[in-house]
Amino acid sequence: MIITIASGKGGTGKTTVTVNLAASINRDDVTVFDCDVEEPNSHIFIKPENISSEPISVMVPKVDTQRCTLCGACEEICQFSAITLVAKRIMTFPEMCHSCRGCEMVCPEDAVKEDSRVLGSVHQGKNARGIDLTWGELRVGEAMSPPLISQVKDRINPGGIALVDAPPGTSCPAIEALRSSDYALLVAEPTPFGLNDLALTVEALKKLKVPTGIVINRADDAPGIVEEYAKKEGIEILQRFPFSREAASICSRGKLLVNEMPEMKALFQQLFNRLNQLLTESKEAGEVGK
Amino acid sequence: MKELTVISGKGGTGKTSVTASFATLADNRIVVDADVDAANLFLTLEHKTLENSYFKGGSKACIDKDACIECGDCRERCQFDAISEDFIIDPIACEGCGVCAYFCPEKAIAFEQQVCGEKFVSQTPWGPMIHARLGIAEENSGLLVSQLRQEARELAKDKKIPLIITDGPPGIGCPVIAAVTNADALLIVTEPTLSGLHDMERVKALADQMNIPTMLCINKADLNPETAGRIKNFAEDNGIHFVGEIPFDREVIDAMKASQSLVQFSQGAAAKAVKSIWKEVQQFMGTTLERIM
Ligand code: SF4
Ligand code: SF4
Ligand code: SF4
Ligand code: SF4
Repeated sequence: MIITIASGKGGTGKTTVTVNLAASINRDDVTVFDCDVEEPNSHIFIKPENISSEPISVMVPKVDTQRCTLCGACEEICQFSAITLVAKRIMTFPEMCHSCRGCEMVCPEDAVKEDSRVLGSVHQGKNARGIDLTWGELRVGEAMSPPLISQVKDRINPGGIALVDAPPGTSCPAIEALRSSDYALLVAEPTPFGLNDLALTVEALKKLKVPTGIVINRADDAPGIVEEYAKKEGIEILQRFPFSREAASICSRGKLLVNEMPEMKALFQQLFNRLNQLLTESKEAGEVGK
Repeated sequence: MKELTVISGKGGTGKTSVTASFATLADNRIVVDADVDAANLFLTLEHKTLENSYFKGGSKACIDKDACIECGDCRERCQFDAISEDFIIDPIACEGCGVCAYFCPEKAIAFEQQVCGEKFVSQTPWGPMIHARLGIAEENSGLLVSQLRQEARELAKDKKIPLIITDGPPGIGCPVIAAVTNADALLIVTEPTLSGLHDMERVKALADQMNIPTMLCINKADLNPETAGRIKNFAEDNGIHFVGEIPFDREVIDAMKASQSLVQFSQGAAAKAVKSIWKEVQQFMGTTLERIM
């Protein structure tokens, strides 16, 4: 089962929830996938060992100038201005290419060959406690994160429990991470900014038809504003984490709350039990439905 | 005319609170909210919207069931698995490349530009604000950011406004690249955590690739003075101009709840720090920048 931890607003504590949830599940099939590939941070807390890394590339075109007759068909099909005729030469702009292969398909002279552009890397390792972490790291200067996120997600084994740490926002990177999840856990911050961005994410999840629940982080800032919203939308609040300087300081040092604060461990275990219950129920309902 | 973009790498470091304060402190400026998929500036700055227009992003394909002969050509060509076995295109998966439509033997696929959001020009008591709302689950945030900045530049020229302050999105991907390209200076707002440090290093690498002079401030610096120290050292070693620290202060949230910028709402420690940071930033934008350029 795939549980994606998301939030519209950045910095609400997505990564904190993901890594501490992973560390409080007493099972040996827990895997974590950090899809915040622009700024991945889960590894700081999980501390994986024996890391293997793989560069990830996408196709971009390269024109064989010997064969090219400058007919312009590739320029015409390309929606992204990544291949154009400039002063009797075909120029490619690899960083703008979306790898649709349209230019390759349309070229009458078979002059478009395959080249590649590095998006970044996918790393994987296991920590001393057996938590398996896979994370993507976007190359600095690369604009397109969704294809790298999709590569990270390709490594999910849906048999176990996969926790996915999604990037902030509600546009393509967040959507790519949330697609085809079994459940979305939204980490909400009870502030006006937090509420505004939470509502945007809930709307996106309705479009994606992913069941959704909320956890409130730093629950004492403006009590009530998230509760009120959740009630109106009929969304369950699965847990509330209080703010404390101690918790903030533990997180700032890259440590796990569940190891340092027993009361936090209890809250995370409770959260997992509720998630497990919800997902087992929905699975059974699905099977009956069939 | 000069352009300052405020970014953070990591989300939630207080970037928008800092930008909103700058936007009320500056004498004559335009402010742009480039965090288009989680725009928050409009919640803080009192404004009246003067103009709105649609944002047209990329195109999407749609199959006309009556004309389709189910030959399967489009499914084979689509690199994004966007076309189902029963020939329905998933608009969320469609990348908008148009390849299916180009090759369909029956011309059964419509390929049209989509409205992906809305753009606004508003007036605040401190000058114009240019902002937007990206549609839910829409793409092309980078293009939208470029358009907002372009509109801001035209308005600045028209009204002879000397400064554009842009609130950038988190991360380092396409909307961030669009928000920092050709800016005169960047201000990174970070927090004293290992995550904040790690993310700030990546944002700095991006700034270096683009050759943009960079400033740094640390928000909630007192939550972890040791990491704050490491961040300052990093700044010093990497040619980042350090402009100050902001202490943790509950009035930051209280200002947000009151729909006001921090410096409008509060006289407290954080507000004082932001005012002094703004002075430093102005000085850097004025004298130091001229010396470098
Ligand atoms: S692969 Fe697609 S996006 Fe890339 S250059 Fe060719 S036509 Fe353009
Ligand atoms: S389609 Fe092929 S032959 Fe025509 S301009 Fe492009 S590369 Fe050259
Ligand atoms: S290529 Fe055209 S005709 Fe063939 S299946 Fe696709 S839409 Fe139908
Ligand atoms: S436009 Fe491109 S991505 Fe969209 S369905 Fe057609 S081939 Fe696939």
